[in-house]
Amino acid sequence: MIELRTSPHMKGALSLPQIMRHVIYALLPICAFSIYQFGISALALITVVTLSCIATEALFNHLSNKKNSLNDYTAVITGILLALTLPPGFPLWMGAVAGFIAISMGKTLFGGMGFNLFNPALLGRAFVQAAFPVAITSWTPTGMADRFTQFIPSSLTLPFTAPTAVDGFSGATPLALQKFEDTLTPNSDLILGFSSGSLGETSSLLIVFCGAYLIIRGFMGWRIPLAIILSTILISGAFYLLDNSYPSPLFMLTSGGLMLGALFMATDPVSAPVTPMGMWLFGFLIAAMTIIIRLFGGLPEGIMYAILFANASVPLIEAIAQPRKFGQVATKKSGESK
Amino acid sequence: MSILDLFKNKTFSHGIHLPDKKEHTRNQKIRRLPFAPELIVPLTQHFGAPAKAVVSPGQEVVRGELIAEADGFMSVPIHAPASGVIKEIELYPTAKGPKTEAIIIKTWPGASQRMADFDPVNIPSLSHEQLIQAVQDTGMVGLGGAGFPTHVKLSVPAEYTIDTLVVNGCECEPYLTTDHRLMLESTEKLLHGISILMNALGAKQAIIGIEDNKMDAVNAIKDHISGFEHIQVQAVQTHYPQGSEKLLIKVLLGREVPSGGYPYQVGVVVQNIATITQLGELLPTNQGLIERVVTVTGTGVKKPGNYLIPLGTPIRFLLDYVGFSGTANHLILGGPMMGSTVASLDVPITKPVSGLLVFNEQSIEKVSDEIYPCIKCARCVDACPMHLNPSMLGQLAAKREYDPMMETYNLMDCFECGCCSYICPSNIPLVQYFRIAKSVLRERPREEV
Ligand code: SF4
Ligand code: SF4
Repeated sequence: MIELRTSPHMKGALSLPQIMRHVIYALLPICAFSIYQFGISALALITVVTLSCIATEALFNHLSNKKNSLNDYTAVITGILLALTLPPGFPLWMGAVAGFIAISMGKTLFGGMGFNLFNPALLGRAFVQAAFPVAITSWTPTGMADRFTQFIPSSLTLPFTAPTAVDGFSGATPLALQKFEDTLTPNSDLILGFSSGSLGETSSLLIVFCGAYLIIRGFMGWRIPLAIILSTILISGAFYLLDNSYPSPLFMLTSGGLMLGALFMATDPVSAPVTPMGMWLFGFLIAAMTIIIRLFGGLPEGIMYAILFANASVPLIEAIAQPRKFGQVATKKSGESK
Repeated sequence: MSILDLFKNKTFSHGIHLPDKKEHTRNQKIRRLPFAPELIVPLTQHFGAPAKAVVSPGQEVVRGELIAEADGFMSVPIHAPASGVIKEIELYPTAKGPKTEAIIIKTWPGASQRMADFDPVNIPSLSHEQLIQAVQDTGMVGLGGAGFPTHVKLSVPAEYTIDTLVVNGCECEPYLTTDHRLMLESTEKLLHGISILMNALGAKQAIIGIEDNKMDAVNAIKDHISGFEHIQVQAVQTHYPQGSEKLLIKVLLGREVPSGGYPYQVGVVVQNIATITQLGELLPTNQGLIERVVTVTGTGVKKPGNYLIPLGTPIRFLLDYVGFSGTANHLILGGPMMGSTVASLDVPITKPVSGLLVFNEQSIEKVSDEIYPCIKCARCVDACPMHLNPSMLGQLAAKREYDPMMETYNLMDCFECGCCSYICPSNIPLVQYFRIAKSVLRERPREEV
């Protein structure tokens, strides 16, 4: 039996499930650190959101009679990423809703993995931000004494009820402190991760390490994170030089979700550009939007909206950032000389 | 390009690094294959008009004798690869698929194979036109795989001057080692051929570009080069598809051939090692092209090696000779990146065939067959040596939106090198999509403008 195939007859070793598996590996240390900081509430929230994403994906596979799409691991990644953007004491039932929305509206609605316009995790996050404005802005300090034995009370809020505030379980994020109370959190806390914030955004250092692993192993591109980081330094540096009352570039980089966004959200390939020039523009746009929202908007954090906005701009960005094909300029010249 | 590349030999941007897989044959001296009892010599072994047979069934032919003449300028003649008797002129399957006319020769036993006699030619005394004619008379075509008639490539339009002959010794396809062996074993003939072509073109210099996985060939040529003025050797990085004409010109000379254009527009003609070596041998003796070196390798082959094979030898005979094990169900003519699979063992070895790769099931690297949607990971964009956007092209092809593929995304600049398909983690058969799109676009009647 002779088989007929078309060229090329060789195939590179890297496969989609392999890439996605390694993204999960890279997220695990971040999860572990957030569990260390926030205890069983964090563990429960990550588990619930991820399971909700997997269940939603399975449900839609079943409803649409499509082949099993769980084996590409992207639902798991969406789940973990989404959980990492939530406050530690976020009610678990709301986490389940966020997971359902992320997969159903963020992915399946567009036609499944590869076709979504927005990062599904951020879409889920945006939904719960609008639906549960109080819960999503209720922060908990890190390293509470009995975090491994006790849930943060709000975590266990009954479905379809709102959490009630409990004293001793709240702490403002560095961005909110800076914006609304003019208090600066020490940079070392921001870098090492001992400030209040969402599950996965507290330690910039750890996020950079995990992202660097993916980049060095070739599982992730370097242009988008670099573009965001450089643009952030540039733009916020310019403000800082003009007026020292603006936060410094280092604070901008290490506070809030910027690092997590730059390395793990904006780099979701499906909702990012493919051309090198497009990636730089995309990164710049995200940095600029984030800084504008942080400095002049009504919200303390802007990275989520910035990325979603940039996601929506991808078709436009791609249209103006087509690469110069080999031999292109030369054609024009020879055409002119005729 | 990574920072480390600055310390390595020159190369182009994008492309991919492949396992070279040449270890089984790179040290195998070229050996002659015996004559098959029957040779199948297609009249189309080149790009252009088929040759016209000048023999008829029952006629006896001597090895080297003209058996089909060129049909016009865009065509080449064919010579008898062996002495014997013409059995018939019939339709036969070819590597490309559709059956074409072929001359079938029943060969005499090996002992009685002698070359026909020819009068030697004094090459330097020939005028430019006579030399081009002499090249056409050898029946030479690009032996690297293109099959484009060599004399046509040498006939540069009068308004262009050629200053450089680029000699392509990259052999960037994995597995293949024919050019490598020729550079080692026929160094003199190669340099001789280069001198002849430089004269024919009026080129001031010749540069031999060789990938740096063949440093022994670079050194062998350096050892012989002293007597030849204006010929240099340049090692370039082992980097697929370095052997593509346009990329090699860019690397060696920094010139970019215009999109849709030809190398002569930037003052360059490119020829490959096998072509020039053969010309260096054939032209002075006034002979025609009747055999070529082919790398036969792959996991299904018992005696991998480089064989000098009479044109028209059926693959079946070749495989019997080198021995094959297993099911041998994946046969590739040419290299693994751009070669084509053959449907029948009756397909003969023809002029452009540089390799025969034989694989058993599961033996060629394949991780998974499952095709996923494009995740826009941009790996293909970073791999495409023509700097196209295969991701977008693939998405448009899936929707059959062929017009924007050509007009906005430069489909026609794709030369099907296979980098994008190779690298795609979603296993999308991009090159296959592009081939289909191109043929649809070519066949569709052009709308009036
Ligand atoms: S390599 Fe494949 S998955 Fe990645 S962008 Fe290109 S076509 Fe899409
Ligand atoms: S096959 Fe075409 S599109 Fe793909 S990498 Fe090669 S030139 Fe680019």
